[in-house]
Amino acid sequence: MNELLDVKYLHKEFDNNVVLKDINLSVKKGEVVVIIGPSGCGKSTFLRCLNGLEEIQSGVIRVDGLEVNPKNKDIVKLRQKIGMVFQSYELFPHLSVIDNLIIAPMKVQKRKREEVTKEALKLLDRVDLLDKKDMYPRQLSGGQKQRVAIVRALLVHPEIILFDEVTAALDPEMVYEVLETMQELARQGSTMIIVTHEMNFAKAVADKIIFFDKGEIVEETDDVEGFFASPKTERAAKFLDRFQFTTRL
Amino acid sequence: MDKDVIISYIPHFKEALFLTLKIGWLGILLSLIIGLVGASLLHFKVKFLQKIVGIYIEIFRNTPLLIQLFFIYFALPKVGIQITAEKCGVLGLGLLGGAYMIETFRSGLEAVTTIQTESALSLGFSKAKTFRYIILPQALSMSIPGLVANIIFLLKETSVFSTISLMDLMFTAKDLIGMYAKTTENLFLLVVFYLIMLIPVSIIGAIVERKVRYAGFGD
Amino acid sequence: MQALGIDVLFKGTNLFRLLQGLWVSIEISLISVVISIVLGLIVGILMTIDRPFLRIILKIYLEVVRIMPQMVLLFIVYFGTTRVFGWDLSAEFSAIFVFSFWGTAEMGDLVRGAIKTIPKIQFESSLALGFNTVQTFVVIIIPQTIRRLIPLAINLITRMIKTTSLVMMIGNVEVLKVAQQIIEANRNTSPNAAFGVFAFVFFLYFIICWPISRLSIYLEKRWA
Repeated sequence: MNELLDVKYLHKEFDNNVVLKDINLSVKKGEVVVIIGPSGCGKSTFLRCLNGLEEIQSGVIRVDGLEVNPKNKDIVKLRQKIGMVFQSYELFPHLSVIDNLIIAPMKVQKRKREEVTKEALKLLDRVDLLDKKDMYPRQLSGGQKQRVAIVRALLVHPEIILFDEVTAALDPEMVYEVLETMQELARQGSTMIIVTHEMNFAKAVADKIIFFDKGEIVEETDDVEGFFASPKTERAAKFLDRFQFTTRL
Repeated sequence: MDKDVIISYIPHFKEALFLTLKIGWLGILLSLIIGLVGASLLHFKVKFLQKIVGIYIEIFRNTPLLIQLFFIYFALPKVGIQITAEKCGVLGLGLLGGAYMIETFRSGLEAVTTIQTESALSLGFSKAKTFRYIILPQALSMSIPGLVANIIFLLKETSVFSTISLMDLMFTAKDLIGMYAKTTENLFLLVVFYLIMLIPVSIIGAIVERKVRYAGFGD
Repeated sequence: MQALGIDVLFKGTNLFRLLQGLWVSIEISLISVVISIVLGLIVGILMTIDRPFLRIILKIYLEVVRIMPQMVLLFIVYFGTTRVFGWDLSAEFSAIFVFSFWGTAEMGDLVRGAIKTIPKIQFESSLALGFNTVQTFVVIIIPQTIRRLIPLAINLITRMIKTTSLVMMIGNVEVLKVAQQIIEANRNTSPNAAFGVFAFVFFLYFIICWPISRLSIYLEKRWA
């Protein structure tokens, strides 16, 4: 069995409002899954559930065969297998770039400073930010912050990385540099689940497309080109239609 | 004003200054400890203890230090709890200050967004480590202006120590006036010694505060 | 009850005397607060005016109040003026003077802070409409700061009441002084009077200050 992530009958509500109903999903190692759908459809909440940031009412989430449950003690160990990158970057403002990168490996995983620093500098160089290593987050642009946040997630050596609308808060000219970094990761075989509104990027990077609407998976397909050309469900067609209309504006 | 009188009184005031500083700073240290512990209990919403902290804050913020000291020093011995004037001073100042420090630390903690906690959790930090490495450092730096204000406030409050017979600056001035009636000289020295005690704190505080407020991390 | 010295409170006129003493404290605080609010408004406005000399004077005033304990100020006014100028100020007058001097600075700083939050364009548009500077403050600016200022002014009342406990140090007969007198007078019959009486005074201060500070917090949240 090479399924890294396995979600069965996930059900989640906030104060009796059903936010996610009966979600089933499995993700293989090396797979890139892109989740799209209208705002408020539950796709971000879904990612937060995968990382144990939200409690779920029923269903099971397994990563590497281990159950994700915020109440379990081993959730801390499990989260090291699941990295997450947020829309608002969430770098730690009191730490320099390099300290942002090495603090989790050092304090959580008890790795050696020299070893982690070496790896961090290598990755920083890969995203063209080596010269920013001693700066503080507030001195960076949004795009730079987001690339640092991605490197920070990578350094914990997660088996799977979740991206929650990571370009939504960026100025248009910075979106590209972040997407490029993500595409590079995909090429290297990282397992990723991406929530995004960038349709062209989704088309380019996805192995599997999932269309969310009103808290459920409406369409799921490995035929990425086919989905964008002619989606099978009416709701997905409507969404894509509207989306293309607004981007054309 | 008589210069010779002033010079002859200086040793008395110096001694009083040391005592005031000793008790004052010990009290401030205690208040910082109470403040950190109390704010952490509120932050983690520890059941029951959270309520106790709330009641403690209300009681000590809504009564004067003078009556708190009187109660500890004169009333508690009647129920068998007896402590020295010095310890009473430290305890009184610490308890009063603790109530203010909790509020200051708490607003610092509240200023750190929840998503910062989540991003630390997502990197595998435990709740305790998130607090220690991510939340607390940010909260502390945001609390600095409040801390400086509290410290100055508490050092000023030490002036009521004289009421429980602690030989602080106020006590010394009163005592010397009572004995030799040199009012002007004593009041002059009293003011000078309070300035010596408080101006450095005020200046250092202003510098630190400006740094924190205008620069943030990284300038 | 006797062991804790609470019985003393109900002997003779003791309770009445304590409440009378409390009233002295409250009276001093209320008078001082009213003076502080009125003068504080003026000082606060003056602090926002761009006159270097005025600014330096007010800055010094503010720093003196910030650094000097009220007790020291009380001593200077009560004992110092007698010595230097030969004035014989009553303890009550000295207290009101010092607390108003302190409260005006506190209030002034709050008013300055509140005015600072009003956008500059409000001043400019008011002047453009033909209001002069005084009218601008009275008609346009101050009304906008009221909601911010009221909770802070109420909070100043509790701080004032707490501070009045100091006036016993210059011989004013307020609640703490009365408490001491009662304890002293009952030394032989109830040796534990200190507990009951001081606990009661502790309670009195709390029961006065607590509702006022809750009100201040409530208004601050509501009007935020």
